[in-house]
Amino acid sequence: MNSKSAISNLNSSVWRSFRTAAWLGWQIESNWTDPFLFAVYSIIKPLASAMILVVMYGVITHGDFASPLFPYIYLGNAFYIYVGAVMTGISWAVVDDREHYKTLKYIYTAPTHFPTYLCGRGVARFLTGTFSVVITIVCGILFLHVPIDFAAMDVPLFVVALLIGVLMLAMMGLLLAGVTLLTVHHYGAVGEAVAGALYLFSGAIFPLDVLPAFLRPLGFLMPITYWLELLRRTLVGSVAQAFPTLAGLSNAQLFAILLGLTALFTALAAIVFRWCELRARERGLLDRVSNY
Amino acid sequence: MRQTGWRLFLQTVIARAYPRVIGMQRERSWMFFDVFLPLLAVSAYVFVYRAIGAPEEYVGFVVIGGAMTAFWMNVLWAMSSQLYWEKEQGNLALYIMAPNSMMAILLGMAVGGMFATSLRAAAVVLIGSVIFQVQYVVVSLPALLAVFFLAMTALYGMGMMLASLFLLLSREAWHLSNLAQEPIFLLAGFYFPIKHFNFWIAAVASIIPLTLGLDAMRQLVFPSGAALGFVSVPIEIGVLVILCVVFLVAARVLLGYMERLAIREGRLTESRG
Repeated sequence: MNSKSAISNLNSSVWRSFRTAAWLGWQIESNWTDPFLFAVYSIIKPLASAMILVVMYGVITHGDFASPLFPYIYLGNAFYIYVGAVMTGISWAVVDDREHYKTLKYIYTAPTHFPTYLCGRGVARFLTGTFSVVITIVCGILFLHVPIDFAAMDVPLFVVALLIGVLMLAMMGLLLAGVTLLTVHHYGAVGEAVAGALYLFSGAIFPLDVLPAFLRPLGFLMPITYWLELLRRTLVGSVAQAFPTLAGLSNAQLFAILLGLTALFTALAAIVFRWCELRARERGLLDRVSNY
Repeated sequence: MRQTGWRLFLQTVIARAYPRVIGMQRERSWMFFDVFLPLLAVSAYVFVYRAIGAPEEYVGFVVIGGAMTAFWMNVLWAMSSQLYWEKEQGNLALYIMAPNSMMAILLGMAVGGMFATSLRAAAVVLIGSVIFQVQYVVVSLPALLAVFFLAMTALYGMGMMLASLFLLLSREAWHLSNLAQEPIFLLAGFYFPIKHFNFWIAAVASIIPLTLGLDAMRQLVFPSGAALGFVSVPIEIGVLVILCVVFLVAARVLLGYMERLAIREGRLTESRG
């Protein structure tokens, strides 16, 4: 077999793994109930999460939703849904297949490209997450007057930033999936802990300046910080730039940092996942079931 | 000697509580995550309050509310869904075949879960209070203890009742438990006083025992708590007593009904993954 046909076979295997995993993930996510109930389920959870912040904000500011801080909090929280959906979704696939369905060893030994399979499993969560993000933002615009100016919106930058961010989250998810391969007894706690920590340190729902000074560098190391800032700026423009944390950076600079950190996390994910996968094979963890 | 009657009931309660208390302490990493995850959420909401310039007592409200999420999560995932998990693992049929009361098994799960979760909630309150320098002024310790135990009894009674309802579910159980997190955090006022809701919304939310439990506890431990309380503490105690009775009786009645229904429909051993 020449190298050209080997590459072609790999591409075919990668695409097949991705497509099949995406379909499987969608079935797992959605076929437990009828479409109507599934839609309600997908709406209530993110809206309730957003409403907690809305009530907290409304109570303290006596309903001053015109303040720039409100869209900052609201949009940050809305887009953060992708973090739970994509990053945690990909790592959760390991727990789900190993512990719940007990199929991980069969999938691993099948002619699939395993990392691609895991990324494919995240597609269903990405789709439901997108639905939740859209519903949350639409409700914000309709009922809370989140000031999105569609005429002034930088659509190309928004779309590109969003896609790069999703790729970055997928790579972080793959990194976590690698770690999850080694942490049999900790079920989904690793993913939840990372998502929770990122919620706190990435300035998703409050400007990083509010954090104690010694914790802020953690936020500056996270690509999600720049991603959320860029998305806010493309949607609400100068409102997002009212906060001093990243005010010194232009959109181009934010984009460059996001690209750089995404590349870094992609490389890191590839190395860590490969290492964890080998360790899991050595230690016989791929089919270890804790029955927790 | 063969045990019967109340001795068997008590032994069953202890036997089912044992793995909850001992098993949950055995996995050290779980203890870490059980304390660490609520603390992350507490910290995030505290910083939101600080970003919008909230009075400091709201920080205390968040710390107490964040600690109490541990009980709600325990009731959801380790009480309501428990019979579903047991069914998935193949234990449920064994429970029913054994010569003991299912009510005693549920009670054992509740007692064990409550004890183990109390340790975690106490850790969240302690660490959260130290980190965010929360000041408490306890108005009445007996009233505070009464509210806590009544709220826990009603909450775990609710968990026992839901466990029997979940008996008929399959994969929906996981999704329903997942769904009952954020909406309940919102309705029950885990991170803000429910007084800010419309009266009728708060009244409906009071069906969840933690709503009034939290509100009463906040009134009893924070100087401004009474001003931000939904109704007075004695009324909340009275409602909690009623909720205790209603949920425990409902749990007993529903458990018997659902068990018979599940047996008749052949759902006790099914596993639909």
